[in-house]
Parts: sequence; structure tokens; C-alpha cells
Amino acid sequence: MELSRRKLLAMGASSIALMSLGTLPAFASKADDEIAKFTGGAELGEGALELTAPEIAENGNTVPIEISAPGAVSVTVLADGNPVPNVATFNFGKLNASRSASTRIRLSKTQNVIAIAKMEDGSFQMAKANVKVTIGGCGG
Amino acid sequence: MGMKAITFVSALVFASSAYAQDSNQLNVEGEIYASTVAAPSHMENVDTLYSGWHFRSGETQALQLDDFDNPGMVFIDQGIDLFGKVDGSEGKSCESCHENVEDFAGLRTALPRVENGELVAMEDLVNECRTERMGADAWKWSSTNMTAMTGLIGFQSRGMPMSVKIDGDATKFWEKGKELYYTRVGQLDMACSNCHEDNYGVMIRADHLSQGQINGFPTYRLKNAKLNSVHARFKGCMSNIRATPFKEGGNEFKALELYIASRGQGLAVETPSVRN
Amino acid sequence: MASGVKPRVKVPKKASAGDVITIKTLISHKMESGQRKDGDGNVIPRSIINRFVADFNGENVIDVTLEPAISTNPYFQFDAMVPESGEFHFTWYDDDGDVYETKKKITVS
Repeated sequence: MELSRRKLLAMGASSIALMSLGTLPAFASKADDEIAKFTGGAELGEGALELTAPEIAENGNTVPIEISAPGAVSVTVLADGNPVPNVATFNFGKLNASRSASTRIRLSKTQNVIAIAKMEDGSFQMAKANVKVTIGGCGG
Repeated sequence: MGMKAITFVSALVFASSAYAQDSNQLNVEGEIYASTVAAPSHMENVDTLYSGWHFRSGETQALQLDDFDNPGMVFIDQGIDLFGKVDGSEGKSCESCHENVEDFAGLRTALPRVENGELVAMEDLVNECRTERMGADAWKWSSTNMTAMTGLIGFQSRGMPMSVKIDGDATKFWEKGKELYYTRVGQLDMACSNCHEDNYGVMIRADHLSQGQINGFPTYRLKNAKLNSVHARFKGCMSNIRATPFKEGGNEFKALELYIASRGQGLAVETPSVRN
Repeated sequence: MASGVKPRVKVPKKASAGDVITIKTLISHKMESGQRKDGDGNVIPRSIINRFVADFNGENVIDVTLEPAISTNPYFQFDAMVPESGEFHFTWYDDDGDVYETKKKITVS
């Protein structure tokens, strides 16, 4: 099979277009419940919490994520498309200066990863990232 | 196709990755491995060999660059424990005869090889030690213990170029492997070559097809979170094309392993590599 | 006790006072999610590491609650500020009641 550079470029361009078109689906209610439990329904700010996750995960079994929230006392991570949305809660001690951590998580399908930080002043911050979980070439 | 497609594919991967490396080099713990080399002369349709590492996303690639981050190392540690563990009626461990596992440096690069007219893979050598010298039961070809042991032994050759013997008494096995590589099988009527020679670098659904190199085996796969043997991977491929797989450890897969190893001559051993 | 559980940690041996160092930890554990079924269709019961704690000289660095969505062989990377020489103490808590511990000394000059 001959595949020209042009064809490949076209394929790449169309997949990028698809990625940017993808609107974030509404939160699953289970994830909403967990957010409410963590925040007590408080308002969620944005900007002070950074969540790093791949746009596309080659396999949902091992998806690297990083959270970073200077000034946070704790950060909870949720995955709104998993059977159980809770992923982990990081409570930071005084010696964790940067209030950041990385781990590897499981995502059952394409979905939003949501991080909520509780800040030292009692306010809350939110960050989210849509992660596309791909299916291997031969369904494997 | 070939060079251009690969370069492009990796450029796309890197552009979209938060973990992008400065360059498209396989740099493990500060050592640069031969992951792109000229194809050996026996390969008529391929000019350049690419490690499967090049076809993976930046996040997956990153897992192989640091030994602490590499989840395959957990199993290498298990291999170290097994290496020193007494098993069988003779009261021996691997260590009783092979004092330093480091002495196995280079072995991975030369397997499978012909011994007494038979083609033998590393798993055969391990089981021969177990049954003949330790008085222990043979391990199943792709069992956790076996892949931990072949992982540990293969790891001693990490960075060394693949260099299997394909002439002399190996010729007939190599030719049989080559025939299998190009023979279409299964309901999808596909040969190894259809994906891994004609279409590497191309997407198959959401996945990049690689050249199907085996220089990183046993390989840790994100899919099943364990080390995978070469034959288990062959079996997976055959099932995927709806063919009846050959037996793990059987003559067909050993011949195919020799042939595919020879299609990776010069690529550095990456054991334990990390793939999706 | 879950089989084959082995903690691994990577901590620099030396640092300067007040340095922020990077710590990596990994524990080999299957992290059975409780979502999978066996060949007979029965749910395989959940069996995970549910908490990880890192302390330095008795002061907490990080305390993580893990859910089944954490991958097999839980991995964490985080920073720690080291004011003086001392010892890191890492603890993992298993659903089955087991506790796994490891310690690492660091010299601060």
C-alpha cells in the first residue's frame, strides 16, 4: 500500500480538527455528587490548579496525570466516565512545598479527568482535562 | 513510504505530547540506544529499521527512559529473586551454577540459536536448566516466572545490538521463519508482512503499526500490565487476524522468532521495553 | 497477604538544607478494582492499596487516599523540602489489613 505524505498530512489534519471540535460532555451525576461532597457545594474557581493529562491515551490502563496547586491543602481527582468516579485524594503536608504530585490512573473510556483543590483559605479550585482513550489496532 | 511516514508520525506524536523529548532519540538513563539502523541486506523491501519505541506516544515513550518509571523493572526485580531461589530436587538455584547474572550479557542478542541441530529460544535454555540440572518442573512458556527470568537475562544485554546467526545450520530454520512471515493465514487472510512491512507507520484504527520488532522483549504492555513473551505476542497477532495460533514454544514460532530477530539485526536490545 | 508486594522508592542520598527534592515511589500490587469478573462470571473482589503516606522526621509530606482507578503497581512522584538530615518513612496500607513500610535516609549539608 502506497501512502503519500499528502494523504498522511490530510489524515493528521482531520484528526486534529476532530479533536478540537469535540465538546466536553456534561458531567456524569456521580462525579457531580463527589464534587459536592468534597466542596460542600462551594463555588469553584479556576486558574490556581493545574492538571496535566495526555489528550490521547494509548491505553486506558495506565494514564499519567499530574496535579499542581500551590497553596492547596488537598486535591481530589475524579474521572467522570469510570464506574466509580473517585480516583485519588492527595493531602499535602507542610514539607510538600510545591503542592504537586504525579500518578498513573485507569480510565475505562474517553472522558473528563477532573481535579478539585481545597485551598488554604478554604476556597476551591477546579481543573479538568478531556482524555481520549483509544482502542488498539486489532481490537486488542 | 517508510522514512517520510515515520518522521511525520513521530513529529505529530511529539507535537501533541506534554512529555516530548528534545529529540527523537531513545535515551535510557543517559545512554543512547541504536533504535534506528540500516536494514540488513537480506531485507528486500525495507531500508531502515525502527524500534517499536518510535511508534508510541510521548507518554508511553517516557516510561522507558527512566528505570524507576519503567513498570517492567518490577518484574526484573522478581527475576532477581527467582534467580537466587532454590527450587527442585537438586537443591539448586540458578545462582548455584551461574554466579553472576551479568555473565549473560550478549545472550539475548544471539537467540534463538541452533544447538545440536535444534533451534532453541531462551525459554528452552531456562527450562533445560530447570529440568536437567535443578530437578525442577519446567515453567510454562509465557508464565510470570518465565518472563521475569527471560526479562532479567535479556536485561543483561540491554543496549547491545541484535545479532542472530542466520547462516550455516540456522539457514533452514530462518527460511522456514521467512516463509511463515510472508504466508497469509486466518479469516482476514493476512501475513505478518501486510501490517509490519507494507504498512508500518500507518494507523490501524487508533494505533500506529510498528515494524513488529522484537528487540525489546519480553516487553511490558500497558494493556495487560505485565511482561509479554515474543510467542505470546505472535499468538495475539494471529488471533487478531482470526487465525488459529501456533503453539507457544513450538517449531513454527521459534523459526518465526529467528526470522523476525534477524529483521532487527543491529537494533539495541531494549528489554524490558514499554509498549501499549 | 497479597503476594509479590514490594515497595520501591527513589530518594536522593544527599541534598542542601532547604532544597526541594523529587521523590518517586512504586509498590508492586495488582490493584484489583472490584469491577472485573472471573471466567465463571463472578465479580473478583476488590483488593487495593487504599492509602499511601510519606513522612520526613515525623512531619507529613503527602498522604494519599487511593481508589480502584489507580493503576496496577501504584506510582507516585512528588516533591519534598528537606530542612535537615533525617529519614523518610513511606507507608502503604492494603485493603487486607497489611501495612508495607520502607525508610530512606538523606544527608543534608
